[in-house]
Amino acid sequence: MPKLSLLTVEQLCFERDDRHTFEPIDFAVDRGEIMQVEGPNGSGKTTLLRLLTTALQPSSGAIIYAGQPITLCRYEYLSDILYLGHQSAVKMNLTAAENLRWMATGGIDSTRDALSAVQLSGYDDVPCYNLSAGQQRRVALARLFMTNAKLWFLDEPFTAIDKQGVSLLENCLREHVKRGGAVVLSTHQDLAIDGLRKTSCVPHADQGAL
Amino acid sequence: MASGFSAYLRRDLLLAYRRRGDAASPLIFFIMVSTLIPLGITPESARLAEIAPGIIWVMALLATLLSIDAIFANDYQDGSLEQLLISPHLLAMPVLGKTAAHWMVTGLPLTLASPLLGVMLSLPAQGYVPMVASLALGTGCLSLIGSVGAALTVSLRKGGLLLSLLVMPLYMPVIIFGSATVQSAIDGFAWSGPLAILGAMLAASIALCPLAAAGALRITSVN
Repeated sequence: MPKLSLLTVEQLCFERDDRHTFEPIDFAVDRGEIMQVEGPNGSGKTTLLRLLTTALQPSSGAIIYAGQPITLCRYEYLSDILYLGHQSAVKMNLTAAENLRWMATGGIDSTRDALSAVQLSGYDDVPCYNLSAGQQRRVALARLFMTNAKLWFLDEPFTAIDKQGVSLLENCLREHVKRGGAVVLSTHQDLAIDGLRKTSCVPHADQGAL
Repeated sequence: MASGFSAYLRRDLLLAYRRRGDAASPLIFFIMVSTLIPLGITPESARLAEIAPGIIWVMALLATLLSIDAIFANDYQDGSLEQLLISPHLLAMPVLGKTAAHWMVTGLPLTLASPLLGVMLSLPAQGYVPMVASLALGTGCLSLIGSVGAALTVSLRKGGLLLSLLVMPLYMPVIIFGSATVQSAIDGFAWSGPLAILGAMLAASIALCPLAAAGALRITSVN
């Protein structure tokens, strides 16, 4: 019997307004692996990640989680994933700590510890509209320290993050895969992570009629 | 499951508290317009008393309509709606929590402020209790029905007009039985009948609207 990957994507296609977004995608991610999705702007990286989170429905193809199509194990799958999108879901009117309290799904209990992990100690009670873009991004990233999710989907997590923050996040990803988690992320940065696997989104050949 | 309800109820109330100015605007609109009516029509109390139930109910409806599109729009823009949609729990409970928060921020203050407007519009004394009772039940219906329309139009850039067109026909029974409750009381008839129908509409809305809104969010967010 072949080894079961944590997440397998088979011939995944997505159509919008009768246009294919990208060439059918196949890849598999196993525990302890980080998969980087590459591709030029507009090639459908965000669409792919949103398909993986079930926010979008694929037009054809399958997403298989631990041997089962996700349509059959929806609850288990959604309980095990964490998605960090372009829009970070950080509420400007709430403080950093309040934001985290809504988003936390396990892991570190204290928002204080999670915020100090992303070097935002002392900003707990500052409303997020008073934070810089990079700091707001860090608030969103602090979620990664407050979750038990096995499978992380990160869409351009390095946007607006400084060099120090990038290495901090790389460390966080390494720790996560060491614990047996898996990560699928899209970024244009070159990551300093050993064993990084890559897959690419290729814009569909006939960007047009079906 | 119930935690999704209370978590989103508390979250939306906290957010409304942080943006008190925005949250208070439906109430201010409600009070301002009702103040202008006697100036614009007539200060004569006999004629005002005749139209008072209808005016108060129309204002309550418009004030709700004014604020209902924000119920999901902010969450849609900052990405928290997407996070809600991919949570493994039943979507209808957080939606009900958000709708309840919307009612507490708009419908409930309107209901509590309505006796003041009754005074301004020279509402006859026997109309006050039915007015407060019918507004308490009816504004709940308005928030719940409005949440379905807001969910359907959340991904549209300019969904405001479409939202009004969608929910207005559904608001009609509410306003008919709402003002009928007050009118019956003023005319000296039993007013428990129309109020009971409002109660039934509220019960049906609580059962059905969150499910419909959750379904609508799933459909519209696919874009």
